[in-house]
Amino acid sequence: MSKVKLVPVPSGSVIPERDIDKTPILETHHLGIDFGGLVAVDDFTLTIGRTEIAGLIGPNGAGKTTVFNMLTNVYQPTRGSILLDGRETRGLKTSQVCKLGIARTFQNIRLFSNMTVMENILVGLHDEMSYSALTGILRLPAFYRSERIARERAMELLSIFSMEDTADAQAGSLPYGAQRRLEILRALATNPSLLLLDEPAAGMNPSETEELMENIRRIRDMFQIAVLLIEHDMNLVMGICEGICVLNYGKVIAKGDPDQIKNDPVVIEAYLGKKGAK
Amino acid sequence: MTFLNYLLSGISLGSIYAIIALGYTMVYGIAKMLNFAHGDVIMVGSYICFFAVSRFGLPPVVGVLAAMAVCTVLGILVERLAYKPLRAAPSLAVLITAIGVSYFLQNGAQLLWTPNPKVFPSIVGNGRLALFGGQLTVSHVTLVTIASCVVIMIALTLFTGHTKMGKAMRACSEDKGAAQLMGINVNSTISVTFAIGSGLAAVAGVLLCSAYPNLVPTTGSMPGIKAFTAAVFGGIGSIPGAMLGGILLGVIEIFAKAYISTQLSDAVVFAVLIFVLLVKPAGLLGKKISEKV
Amino acid sequence: MKKKITLTKYTRSSFLTYGLVIAAYVILQSMVLTGSITSSLKGMLVPICAYAVMAVSLNLTVGVLGELSLGHAGFMSVGAFTGVIAAIALEGIVPMGWLRLVIAMAVGAVFAAVAGFLIGIPVLRLKGDYLAIVTLAFGEIIKSVLNNLYVGVDGDGLHFSLLSDRTGLAAGGRMIVNGPMGITGITKLSTFTAGFVLLMLTLFIVFNLVNSRTGRAIKSIRDNRIAAESVGINVTKYRLTAFVTSAAMAGAAGPLFAMNYSNIIANKFDFNTSILVLVFVVLGGLGNMLGSIIAATALTILPEALRQFADYRMLIYAIVLILVMLITNNPTLAAWTQSARDKLRRAVGRKKPARTPAEGGDGHE
Repeated sequence: MSKVKLVPVPSGSVIPERDIDKTPILETHHLGIDFGGLVAVDDFTLTIGRTEIAGLIGPNGAGKTTVFNMLTNVYQPTRGSILLDGRETRGLKTSQVCKLGIARTFQNIRLFSNMTVMENILVGLHDEMSYSALTGILRLPAFYRSERIARERAMELLSIFSMEDTADAQAGSLPYGAQRRLEILRALATNPSLLLLDEPAAGMNPSETEELMENIRRIRDMFQIAVLLIEHDMNLVMGICEGICVLNYGKVIAKGDPDQIKNDPVVIEAYLGKKGAK
Repeated sequence: MTFLNYLLSGISLGSIYAIIALGYTMVYGIAKMLNFAHGDVIMVGSYICFFAVSRFGLPPVVGVLAAMAVCTVLGILVERLAYKPLRAAPSLAVLITAIGVSYFLQNGAQLLWTPNPKVFPSIVGNGRLALFGGQLTVSHVTLVTIASCVVIMIALTLFTGHTKMGKAMRACSEDKGAAQLMGINVNSTISVTFAIGSGLAAVAGVLLCSAYPNLVPTTGSMPGIKAFTAAVFGGIGSIPGAMLGGILLGVIEIFAKAYISTQLSDAVVFAVLIFVLLVKPAGLLGKKISEKV
Repeated sequence: MKKKITLTKYTRSSFLTYGLVIAAYVILQSMVLTGSITSSLKGMLVPICAYAVMAVSLNLTVGVLGELSLGHAGFMSVGAFTGVIAAIALEGIVPMGWLRLVIAMAVGAVFAAVAGFLIGIPVLRLKGDYLAIVTLAFGEIIKSVLNNLYVGVDGDGLHFSLLSDRTGLAAGGRMIVNGPMGITGITKLSTFTAGFVLLMLTLFIVFNLVNSRTGRAIKSIRDNRIAAESVGINVTKYRLTAFVTSAAMAGAAGPLFAMNYSNIIANKFDFNTSILVLVFVVLGGLGNMLGSIIAATALTILPEALRQFADYRMLIYAIVLILVMLITNNPTLAAWTQSARDKLRRAVGRKKPARTPAEGGDGHE
């Protein structure tokens, strides 16, 4: 990977130079959410370029997953705005946000465990097919056409992680790592422009993590999409993220490229405490 | 004064529902199962009391105690034999088993005691209390029912709040695994819950049959369904919720009968339930639990 | 090549079901024709079909959508009453009995679907046991209303009234629904063949629906609602689709069941009937349509087969139900029966891979 230059944008974030002349895929402005008076996330402002791999890091309980939940409208933000490709997503349902282009994985894997691997991907491809329930029941030609195309597409997606031969396996019976990978593929199937990965390397060993890093890069290059990931594995984050945002107690404490973040005293303090910062 | 009369009989009927609903809600809270056989435990309790009083001529108090004893044992037995082996099974499997137990009790009662209706002897006599110079008369049954309900409510609140077993029950209903790690015997706690619920069902059965003295093997099923509804209405798993839900349901039922239509009173009751659940999806006093993403 | 295998897996299970239903129909029908069937079994053929349709349709809600419904009989009664009213009203206009039956089933399906839609909108906002209790409540409301419904037909068409008979029929008019007395004087139009056709049609709809994009969306909601939303599935729409389809099929089963008797009352479709159908579904296996049919058949015949035990038969029925649930769901007992089955299989010499627990899977929780 050639080193990309990061350019500051009005929100105070930095995005890769190659994305700078296009609208950012995601802009959030002063996003915040309260849970019964408790401020979980506040003043979260971030910009992500169209093909950027960005990282969202921070200690446990910093509010990282809450940010994901706000971006996908699982939680409605109390304050601030989210612009996806320049469009306000306020008030949309999670499923509509997905249709607009945000797909995600979950920290605690959420597969359709009683369905096969193939079916999991096909649910992701739901909107790629357009036949009606009645066409499906009557098995009209449109059904077969649409299904065939979708199944071919699903096999292509499975081939990204060389999972073709697990297509008929029950998703819940897959090993842990494969479940994480399947979740990424299911998200990709929805044809997103921004992919949110919530701790994709959790529970993986170093060699698996290494492979995952390569694959995330490959996915970005293949699909030309932006990726925002939450991760605790610093090798992965520092290795593939172009821009990193650090969250602590629901507030952004630092933004920048990996080198800036690594040397930021505020970040070091948040992770290691005051003593470590010295 | 008729309004007051209706209100009192509503509260009285509601008190019976509330006592039954307590059994549902406590068992649900701790075992996370809908014990469909609960209504039939009521019926068993009524029969025991009936035989004790009318056949063996025992004093009513002894009859009630005998009914409670039998139902308590029955509750524990049913839990041990039918529900305990399914602790780890899907909730639907347990539900169907409970339905099986309900069929079993109903048909067992039919065999033992025949389907012919028995006329339940009033446990508290047929006296009436005249108030306001006779403008408002209240039957003793009504008074006893309401009083029992209040006593039971206070006793249960004290029990769950202040005794060791009560605290264990609350702990189990929050998190069985954690409770077990704290040294609580989950199985015996569940047994105690069933025992209390079934003992209360016996009381409810006696009160029910004192007010509506027609005893058949299916006596328990409709009050059972209504009380189950009441438990959900109040927020299933919540003891004050069951009380409130039961009493409200009784009052609504009597008012619907009096002011709207006798035939459609059940429809009105259920329509109110639906309306409440749409406004408060977890019942009146239930906690809304949202799934963590 | 993989995709072919996926397709055949579904086709295999659905074709097995179709095949067995056809085989059962052919055998039973030839027994009926040759008169080698007991009259009690013969009388049960139509109810069995109706219950099988009920079980398969409820399985769509409980097994495929994953929501517990305790008011399925309510939809059956809506279908039965509207369908039979239509059939009686058309008596003079449509002379062919079979056509009136078809119209009755279609009318029943449409009205039940409308009821399912109206009920589904509020009901499907709730979750789990709360949803279950509201379906129960709707079932009871439908029963109460039908118990107080009066419908008559005369030269001017249909007349309705609630609570008391105020239909004011012209001379020569006919009372169709008479409050708690229900519908009397029904022409028995239902036949075993009609039941068989309806069951096949129901299976066709359910299998094809489940194995399509719509069905996958429904199953994804069952497995993980939040994940389904995150991949763009409109949860409300597909939950409603499943619920309404299920209601419509129950509605078609209503007239089939009702027109097997000369009179029918609303109380026939009470909470106990809903529970009975639920028992078929759970016993047959969630999502397993063949299982639903077998359970519906077996449990409809069982009380009759136990007739020699006279008074004890319902007690035995209850014990069988409890034992089956214990054996299939208790880990210790299940493992014990499994090993016994394996031993038996080995003794017979047929080699078959042991079932993985996931295969029996009912993901419902």
